[in-house]
Amino acid sequence: MSTYTPGQPVTAIVQRIEIHKLRQGDNLILGFSIGGGIDQDPGQNPFSGDKTDKGIYVTRITPGGPAHEAGLRMGDKIMQVNGWDMTMVTHDQARKTLTKKNEDTVRLLVTRKSLEDAVKNSMGTYPRQ
Amino acid sequence: MQSPTVMEAEDEVLQVLEVCEAIEEVKELIVTNLEEDWHTNSPPVESSAPGSKLSQDDNWGETTTAVTGTSEHSLSQEDIVRITKDLEDSVGLDCRRYFTLTLAVILGLLVFLTPLAFLVLPHLLWPEKLQSCGTACEGLFISVAFKLLILLLAVWALFFRPPRAGLPRVFVFRALLAVLVLLFVVSYWLFYGVRILDSQDENYQGIVQYAVSLVDALLFIHYLAIVLLELRQLQPCFSVCVTRSTDGEIRHYNLGQLSIQRAALAILEHYYCDFPVHNPALLSASKSRAAKHLAGLKVYNVDGEFPAAPAEGPGNNAAAGLAHSQSRAMIAAAARRRDTSHNELYYEEAEHERRVRKRKARLVVAVEEAFTHIKRLQEEEQKKAPGDVMDPREAAQAIFPSMARALQKYLRTTKQQHCHSMESIQQHLAFCITNNMTPKAFLESYLAPGPTLQYSRDHWLARQWTLISEASVTSGLKDGSIFLLKCVDFSLVVTTKKIPYIQMSEEYIDPKSHKFVLRLQSETSV
Repeated sequence: MSTYTPGQPVTAIVQRIEIHKLRQGDNLILGFSIGGGIDQDPGQNPFSGDKTDKGIYVTRITPGGPAHEAGLRMGDKIMQVNGWDMTMVTHDQARKTLTKKNEDTVRLLVTRKSLEDAVKNSMGTYPRQ
Repeated sequence: MQSPTVMEAEDEVLQVLEVCEAIEEVKELIVTNLEEDWHTNSPPVESSAPGSKLSQDDNWGETTTAVTGTSEHSLSQEDIVRITKDLEDSVGLDCRRYFTLTLAVILGLLVFLTPLAFLVLPHLLWPEKLQSCGTACEGLFISVAFKLLILLLAVWALFFRPPRAGLPRVFVFRALLAVLVLLFVVSYWLFYGVRILDSQDENYQGIVQYAVSLVDALLFIHYLAIVLLELRQLQPCFSVCVTRSTDGEIRHYNLGQLSIQRAALAILEHYYCDFPVHNPALLSASKSRAAKHLAGLKVYNVDGEFPAAPAEGPGNNAAAGLAHSQSRAMIAAAARRRDTSHNELYYEEAEHERRVRKRKARLVVAVEEAFTHIKRLQEEEQKKAPGDVMDPREAAQAIFPSMARALQKYLRTTKQQHCHSMESIQQHLAFCITNNMTPKAFLESYLAPGPTLQYSRDHWLARQWTLISEASVTSGLKDGSIFLLKCVDFSLVVTTKKIPYIQMSEEYIDPKSHKFVLRLQSETSV
């Protein structure tokens, strides 16, 4: 994951994940838990590389749930949800954006360390053209 | 250094200017009174009655002949009233004061000589029958002597103080105490006369013990006097709000349980320290505005009914009703007309503010510059001084002309020029120079009106105050009691409120209980 310097655009290698919400009684659930936000304490985040990163992270995945099946993994940082930015939102705003009742699917852009490593490795074997 | 002749000329010029200014002020006062009387008289006078026209003329004559001063010794009407009041009241007050003083002296002598008389009389009247005084008895002599000495000192400390004021009614607690002491001493004399003098008792030790018991009881009465006169009113019980009637200055004080007249005295002592000095020149603006309000309307009666006599008595209902409807018509008309006086007031006040600030800036600069012209000579330099060494008064006179004009203009703009005479300003300047004060310290007493104590004694125009109260002035203060303190120029309205009972509870916090933790990451499942 890229470190964030204020004033500079954030660049990251992201993966697109589409999750279809599962209806359980009256609720539509996605099957994962989020942590983080600009109103939370970033030092307690076990998944972030930079301890000042106040982004939204996936903290738990229900095994067999829609998120797990879509390819979301624990420790992922969510960058966008349906086009809405998730890097500078409060915890409650993130929750509301994910749990909108009139949306059946959410399209997330997530990033993780392994993505960057993979890209670096692939770039390393082939010279730039 | 300026030559002395030049300085004197300037002084004279400034003095003449000052006098002219004072006369203009007085004339202005007369003119506004005139307008007021005229306009308040006009509505009912409209329809005839030569009687009322005469009263209007009478007022006119009275106010114009009051002052025609062109000399420096002009007196305003206020001064005349004050002087006559001083004359007629000083005689009555002195009589009363001397009467109470003689009563107190007689009582004091009686109290101090009684124990001594008790001890000495047996030796004079039946010396041969008397038992000799043993050791215990002589020890009691020392006790009597010291207790009398302590009583003497205590009475001197509590009662022998210069009286601060003459109150309208007698001081109830003091009177009660005097009566108590008198009764007490008289009863002791009665007992002594009957049981000891008549029967010529030989037991001298018993007589000495009797005298000692008298002195002890007198000391206890003195303790009672301290508690009643001094200690009881120390604990604050009431909060009084004092308002000055002319300009609305308000102050609040806490007083204990006092009678109304003593509370009034305490309030007056605070008044002289806390309230800014009463300045009648500041009130002329609102008076002229009030006159203008009444000036614009005249009431004409087109129905043909003329009120023949002033509306007094139950039979004159028609005339009363007419006057009532006229005043109501005036109020309605005044409310409806488009009045732009608020506009004038706003711009006038803004302009005045600007002018005051400009003059103040010039004054501050002039004073600071004036202070740089003199320098204090140190001890060593004084010996080898080149000559032309001045004492503070001469130094003040030397630098005063350079700031005099700016100071006078400022005082005139803030309407304070009658509070400060040239002599007092120079005295104050000499005082500031002697005590190494800065120019700012010198100016502070002129920039804002200070308490009445700050000015010369002739500004304490009112040493005669009248207490106006619905309740008896010797009754105690109660919640909601209202009384007035009137003097010649204004009155102080005093309202009382009881300080409520305060219920305080405690909460204990263990110093080790202050613990903090970082906010946890909250985790929400979606």
